[in-house]
Amino acid sequence: MIDRDELLHVARLARLALHEDELDATAAELSSILEHVAVIEELDLEGVEPTAHIGDVSDSLRADTARPSLPRDVALAPAPAVRDDGFLVPSPQGE
Amino acid sequence: MADEIQELSASAAAAAIADGGLARAELFEHYRARAAGDELNAFTWVAEQPPAPVEGPLSGVPVAVKDLFCTEGIPSQAGSKILAGYCPPYTATAVANLEAAGAPVLGKTNQDEFAMGSSNENSAFGPVLNPWDHSRVPGGSSGGSAAAVAAGLAPWALGTDTGGSIRQPAALCGIVGLKPTYGAVSRYGMIAFASSLDSAGPLTRDVADAALFYRHLVGRDSADATSVAFPEAIEIPTGERLDGITLAVPTGLVDGEGIEAGVRESFEASLETARSLGATIVGCEIPSARYALSAYYVIAPAEASSNLARFDGVRYGLRVEEGRLDEMYTETRHDGFGAEVKRRILIGTYALSSGYYDAYYGRAQRVRTVVARELGAIFESADFIVTPTSPTVAFGLGDRTADPLSMYLSDLFTIPMSLAGTPAISIPSGLSEGLPVGLQICGPAFSENRILGAAHALEQAIGFDGSPARGGAS
Repeated sequence: MIDRDELLHVARLARLALHEDELDATAAELSSILEHVAVIEELDLEGVEPTAHIGDVSDSLRADTARPSLPRDVALAPAPAVRDDGFLVPSPQGE
Repeated sequence: MADEIQELSASAAAAAIADGGLARAELFEHYRARAAGDELNAFTWVAEQPPAPVEGPLSGVPVAVKDLFCTEGIPSQAGSKILAGYCPPYTATAVANLEAAGAPVLGKTNQDEFAMGSSNENSAFGPVLNPWDHSRVPGGSSGGSAAAVAAGLAPWALGTDTGGSIRQPAALCGIVGLKPTYGAVSRYGMIAFASSLDSAGPLTRDVADAALFYRHLVGRDSADATSVAFPEAIEIPTGERLDGITLAVPTGLVDGEGIEAGVRESFEASLETARSLGATIVGCEIPSARYALSAYYVIAPAEASSNLARFDGVRYGLRVEEGRLDEMYTETRHDGFGAEVKRRILIGTYALSSGYYDAYYGRAQRVRTVVARELGAIFESADFIVTPTSPTVAFGLGDRTADPLSMYLSDLFTIPMSLAGTPAISIPSGLSEGLPVGLQICGPAFSENRILGAAHALEQAIGFDGSPARGGAS
């Protein structure tokens, strides 16, 4: 059900690299899972509302008051690269 | 003395410490040494020293914590290479609640990567072995927590359940596991898999331990907007009868294919036991059950594909250095995630993508409504729904890794309750071919006290002996 082009498209959306030697097996696995979950197409769901979430979470605002948050150095400590009090990432355009 | 400590339930150990018969330090060191000598690969980190004691009703009884929970300054790796070595700057509320009640963290337990799996074989830190038979899986995804408690490497453990990840490993390891009502336990600091399904709960040797642990786990948390205050105090169950209780058995589901004969036999024996305690057994149907599994394997990956977007090599965890920013993202995620996690990210992304959203995610959410309605209708005339927890006993390491779908079928009986957000417990119902079988008892939202009460009565009557997994009663 999923071919290589479609798989590469989805992988791009997911920001997930797939290497050439992984494409065929991955496409086959995903197809077999999608085939299995397709049984939900059999059900008559006319008029049934979707459930995004169980329970009522409509009224859960807390008071809008300032309080301490993680210190900057603590929040930055686990980062792979840091410069000038911020997360350092490679250039979007390359070197 | 060591053997005597080993035989104490967590509740009994807490009582022994409270009345001065047992020293906190001795209890901690007993389990610390056992956890450090773990031959099951159940632990990914073990404390070297006990933390500063906190006075509280859990009296210093140490707890093993699934690695999905953030623990400040302690490795929290979620079974993933992408978080290898990660030490978070804060602690999850569920863990903080247990610590505040006096339970120190003993260690972190192995799991399927990001809680995706039913065998604990999807861990970057290697599979966990089942203490009843080292050639078999402990179940998953809370496999390390279940194996640690069953083998007596920890008095009790914290796990998580998204589609069965507490109940199924509890069943396969011969212990008790409780999946709470959705929202009863804060998810703050629990590394997110599928936010509308994730729940945290206890894995324990017996039902009374589960109740004591759960009492200190629940509560509204301002850091988790979906958490709710539990409407009543959690009681320690003492009942031994089931008079006036109606148990509903989903006949079509339980009589279906793929259920081992030994599991069916043990389940039928527990129904007989329930009858002898005064319960009435009735049949029921959950016609949507087979669709529930499919709906789950759309909803959970869809939510996961969104939640796992945060692992991008920027703020924490692995970074694969590549030329451009987008290449850094995609190669970090390629190298950091395992095969099952990638499969679910791709399935979830596909299900949410333009043109497919209504056919997959939209329909799956409607199936979810149907499942919740069907369970609700059963609870109008029955107190509980009972099923085997897992269709099979613990399977062999490697038996299902080649076929993801066969692994997914492990969750057939546990997923409807996850979709409906209702609580369910697994207790040992006996052995089949020398391996534990679990009985699942499910009730409506916030019925944990009644579930624990019924589970306690059945547990007392069944008289399951879990000591072989702990190396014999000695």
